Amino acid sequence: MKTSDTFRYALRAITSHRSRTVLMLLAMAIGTGSVIVLTALGEGARQYVLNQFGALGSHLVIVLPGRNETTGGAPPLLGQTPRDLTLADAQALRQSYAVERIAPLVIGAAPVSWQEREREVMVLGTTSEMQPVREMKMAQGAFLPPGDLERGSAVAVLGDTLYHELFGNKQGLGQWVRVGESRFRVIGVLAPQGQSLGTDMGDIIVIPVASAQALFNTESLFRILVQAKNHDAIPKAQAAIRKIIQARHDGEDDVTVITQDAVLATFDRIFTALTFGVAGIAAVSLAVAGILIMNVMLVSVTQRTAEVGLLKALGANSHEIEMLFLTEAGLLSILGGLTGLAVGMAGTTALGHAFPTFPIAAPTWAVVGSLLVALVTGLIFGLMPARRAARLDPVQALSRR
Amino acid sequence: MIELRNLCRNFQIGDATVHALRDINLTIDAGEYLSIMGPSGSGKSTLLNMLGLLDRPDSGEYLLNNSAISSLKESEQARLRREHIGFVFQSFHLVPRLSAAENIALPLTLAGVAPAERQERVTQALQALGLSDRGHHRPEQLSGGQRQRVAIARAMIMKPELVLADEPTGNLDRASGNEVIEALERLQQQGITLIIVTHDPLLGQRAQRQIRMEDGRIVEDVGANLLVPQRVFAQPSTVRANTLWGTSKFAPT
Repeated sequence: MKTSDTFRYALRAITSHRSRTVLMLLAMAIGTGSVIVLTALGEGARQYVLNQFGALGSHLVIVLPGRNETTGGAPPLLGQTPRDLTLADAQALRQSYAVERIAPLVIGAAPVSWQEREREVMVLGTTSEMQPVREMKMAQGAFLPPGDLERGSAVAVLGDTLYHELFGNKQGLGQWVRVGESRFRVIGVLAPQGQSLGTDMGDIIVIPVASAQALFNTESLFRILVQAKNHDAIPKAQAAIRKIIQARHDGEDDVTVITQDAVLATFDRIFTALTFGVAGIAAVSLAVAGILIMNVMLVSVTQRTAEVGLLKALGANSHEIEMLFLTEAGLLSILGGLTGLAVGMAGTTALGHAFPTFPIAAPTWAVVGSLLVALVTGLIFGLMPARRAARLDPVQALSRR
Repeated sequence: MIELRNLCRNFQIGDATVHALRDINLTIDAGEYLSIMGPSGSGKSTLLNMLGLLDRPDSGEYLLNNSAISSLKESEQARLRREHIGFVFQSFHLVPRLSAAENIALPLTLAGVAPAERQERVTQALQALGLSDRGHHRPEQLSGGQRQRVAIARAMIMKPELVLADEPTGNLDRASGNEVIEALERLQQQGITLIIVTHDPLLGQRAQRQIRMEDGRIVEDVGANLLVPQRVFAQPSTVRANTLWGTSKFAPT
C-alpha cells in the first residue's frame, strides 16, 4: 500500500467520524495549547526578572549592612544590624583597584511639594556616580554634580512621573521644591525608565547622599552599589570589599556582598526550573489526551472490526492494518497539536496584549517540543489499539456486524 | 488448482471441541463452478474460509497451484489472497464511508497500484456490472443488489483466478439475487473458478458441481467437471473417484 494512500484512507476514517474527531482534537489542543501558554508565561517571568536585574547596571556588586546568616537572625534587608555602613565605609572602598565607581544609597520616603501640590515619594540619597552605575538617562537638565560626599548641596533630580505631577506643563527646572523640611532646587529630570525591582523609577526624587542623611537624620547607608572595573574584576572587587569593611569594622565580617551575576544566575535557574515545572504539569494534560486517543481508537477498532476483517480478506497483512490505525492516531494527534499550537499562540498573543510590560513569548523549544510530544503520545497510545486491530482473526472479524 | 488433503479444523467452544472440518479431501480444477451446500454448522463456511486462506487448518494440507499454503507466513498468505482470490460476502462488507468506486478500488489501493490505473480499471469494472452511474454513490445510497454487484466488482478487480462467494444472495430478494448470480456466472464463463456457499437449493443446482456437507464431512459430490477442460496437474482424490460413479455417500473414516 502506498504511503499517500495510507494517509488518505486514515484521513477519510478521521473525517467520517466528526464528533469523535473533534473531541480528540480538543483534548490534544488543550494539552499542547496549555504547554505553550504555560511555558510562555514561565519564560516571560524569567525574562522579566532578568530584565529588571539587567536594568540595574553592569558589573554591579551590592553591599548590604548586616550578615546574611544561614541560622536565625533577621533578614539583612529589614532587621537590625550590628554595625551600620557609613559614608566613610563607602569611600574606603575606593582603595581597591578593582572598584571603578561607588554609589552609596540612602532610601526613605518623604512628601515633596511645589506650590500647592504635594506628593509622597521615595527619596534616593546618592552621589553623582549613581548615574553611570545605574545607567540612568536624563530627560532634562543634569544629574547630581560630583563633589564632596559629606557635603550635601540643596539640589534634586526628579523622576519623570513626579516631575509631571508637580509641574504639569510648567517649566520646573530651576524651581525650588520642598522635601520634608528642606528646600531643593530642581536641576534635572530623569528620562522614563519604567520599573526597577518593583520601584517605579519615575516616582522618585534623587538628592545628594549627605542631604538625605540629614533629612532622615541617619548616619547609616541603606546599601552601597559598587561597579567593578570589568566583568573579570567582579570576584576581586567582592573579596576586596569584604576585606576593607572587615578591617574597618573591628575585624567583624558583618556585611553581605552580593554580585549581580550571582543574583541573575540564581533567578535564571529558579525561573528555568519553574518553566520546566509548569511545562511538565501541562504535559500531564497531553498524557491525558493520549489516553483519550487510545480509548477512542480502541472503540474505533471495535466498531470497525468487520472492516479490518474485510481489509485482511482483500489482502492487507497485519503490518499494513497496524500502519493504517497508527497513521490515524498520528494524524489525529498532529492535527490536535497544530490546533493547540494555534490556540496557544492566540492565548500568548492575548496575554501579551493584556500585559504589555511582561515579555510573553513561547520559546521555540516549547513549540517544537509540544508538537513532538503530541505526535509521540498519539503514536504510543495508538500502538496498542493498532496492534489489536492487526491481530484480529479475519474469520471472526468478518462475522461481526 | 486446489487440492485439500485430510484437512481438519477444530474449534474450542467452552469445554467442547467442535469438529468443523473432518478429514476433508477435495480437488478443484481451474474454471470450475462449484456450490457447497449443507445445513447450518455443517462446516461449509469454514471450508470456504479455509479455501480463501482466511483460516488455517489444524492438520492436513492445502495445495494451491501445487504449492503448500500452510507453511506460508501471514503476509505471504495476504499477498496470495490479494492477487489470486476474490471474496463476495452475504452482508456485502462495503466500507460505508467510501464511495462505490473507492470500495471497488480498495484491493488495488492495498496492492499499491497507481491512482490513474486504479481509476481506469474501476471504470471498466463499474461498466461491466452496469454500475457506471453509481460510482460516486455511497453504499447506503445503493440497493442491496447494487451493493452486492459493487462487492463483485471489488472481488474481480484484481483479476483473481478464484472467487469465493458466501451466501451471496442471502440478503437479497429473488430478482436482485438473480442479477448477482448472473454476474458471478459471467465471471466464471470468463474462466474464473467460482465457489458458492449457499442454503438455497435452486441456487446450488445452477453449479456444475455440487458438494453437500454434513457435520464437517463432504457427504455428496455431484457433477463431474466434464464441461470444463481438465487440467492435467489435478490429482484425483478419493471424493473425485467416487463422483465418477455418480452420487455416492462418502464413507466416514
